[in-house]
Amino acid sequence: MSEVALKTPAEYQSGNVLDIQEIRAQFPILEEMVHGNTLAYLDNGASSQKPIAVTETLERYYATQHANVHRGVHELSDRATEAYESARKTARKFVNANRSEEIIFVRGTTEGLNLVAESYGRWKLKPGDEILVSEMEHHSNIVPWQLIAERTGSIVRMIPMNDNGEIIQEDYQNLLNDKTQIVAITHVANSLGTVNPIKEMVRMAHDAGAVVVVDAAQAAPHISIDVIDLDCDFLALSGHKMYAPTGIGVLYGKGELLEAMPPYQGGGEMIRRVSFEGTTYANIPHRFEAGTPNIADAVGFGAACNFMWNIGIDTIAAHEQELLDYVHECAEQHEDLRVYGNAKHKAGVFAFTLDNVHAHDLGTILDRQGVAIRVGHHCAMPVMQHFNVAATARASFAVYNTHDEIDRMFDALDVVRELFG
Amino acid sequence: MMDDLKALYQEVIIDHSRNPRNFGALESANCSAEGVNPLCGDELTLQCWLDDNDVIQDVKFVGHGCAISIASASIMTEMLKGLTKSDAESLFENFRARVTGLGEVRSNDIGKLEVLSGVREFPTRVKCATLPWHTAIAAINRSEDQVTTE
Repeated sequence: MSEVALKTPAEYQSGNVLDIQEIRAQFPILEEMVHGNTLAYLDNGASSQKPIAVTETLERYYATQHANVHRGVHELSDRATEAYESARKTARKFVNANRSEEIIFVRGTTEGLNLVAESYGRWKLKPGDEILVSEMEHHSNIVPWQLIAERTGSIVRMIPMNDNGEIIQEDYQNLLNDKTQIVAITHVANSLGTVNPIKEMVRMAHDAGAVVVVDAAQAAPHISIDVIDLDCDFLALSGHKMYAPTGIGVLYGKGELLEAMPPYQGGGEMIRRVSFEGTTYANIPHRFEAGTPNIADAVGFGAACNFMWNIGIDTIAAHEQELLDYVHECAEQHEDLRVYGNAKHKAGVFAFTLDNVHAHDLGTILDRQGVAIRVGHHCAMPVMQHFNVAATARASFAVYNTHDEIDRMFDALDVVRELFG
Repeated sequence: MMDDLKALYQEVIIDHSRNPRNFGALESANCSAEGVNPLCGDELTLQCWLDDNDVIQDVKFVGHGCAISIASASIMTEMLKGLTKSDAESLFENFRARVTGLGEVRSNDIGKLEVLSGVREFPTRVKCATLPWHTAIAAINRSEDQVTTE
């Protein structure tokens, strides 16, 4: 499969500074007008926009490569299989797994976490076993565990966080015991931006004999993922938050675990031999990919990884960190602004409220000025409860965001104050 | 841009949202309902005293939400007192038709609710304005189900 001609990192950069205009030119949607204003898209935590490299890959796939995978004897099926499996190799490299078989394509983080809960959980959990889930998790890393706990008689216990939005490590250590089977934690908290010390937390869990499932949905767009270094047992991420199409994500699992786990869904593609006397299953990863997979979007996922590598993940991270520092600096100038999430290590997310203004009103008023942010509970109601707020506003950054867009957000907040004054 | 926003966030709306009328528990209530907007987390509980002739004698609410939903609930409670059940229902039908553009506007006279008509220009916010009404209609019909905008 031919790769899209991508610029070299040097072409993207002038000195050590990103050529933002060059990056932005790769995202046609950023030229859209919203209510008569240029779009300032600061809702990347919900979903990022897609570069031309990704959309052109999708077009080319459908125009020249598409058929079903792993079953045709014809040329197009070969091309599609090659493109799909090549995307798996790219995904392996993206998370730095040992083997491509440890990469399962799923719809997104949610499906990846449900797969682990359903397959590993149903296999391992016994009545009285414990699953530790942190207070700052997205609902998709809480509810699947509650569902499997209910069915297996196991117990979900919460690892608390402090008011800066950091997991309290002493409490975590104390919660770990010989009943702990699974620890489910987010790498980067979607509602707060906290970067958790995953490597250390994995070591502690392993000492207690538990496996660790990492939600990397918010981490993947912002920081290098290295499952070997983290030594996590499972890690799930979503393509659409990291410049790839919607409907595609990756679940990494350690080979020896995946090989021992029962299937998740049944169907074509995941079997070796089917008879009414009994069925045997395919090897990993296909055992966990029942039915025709999302071939095109997996190929698009590969293109998104290449897009990020071409800029450099460290360069992306540095740019976003600078934006985050800037937004915190600006926030300090405003006494009526409360910031949620003041962890020492943060990435990509700035959550706040304005005194006496509900986040939804704030979101509407910003939208009318072309500034797109997320408002609400961010699928993290326990975090809202912790801080005793119904909803917050959240600006979240991607590689194409600028200081000017942050300035526009603060200018737009002046209009909120004017209307609510 | 500012015209739409100013039409939505009129002073009356801001005032009702900050100082909601008929806010609190109603001891004489003989019907009530809960309404939630799961998307934004708005929650309100509405209590009502409906007399034997189906006239709303009193109504109060508690809850939290955005300025639009609280103001809408506040203005609604002022208007509902003294109305019959069927008058309340037809007032809501008219109001809903005005703000959603769907259904028949039978009367242009929606009284004080006129201040909320700016929400029509904000389709994602119409639910905020209609949630209190859906909740009130459920209460006076003694519907057991929790009202949800989803």
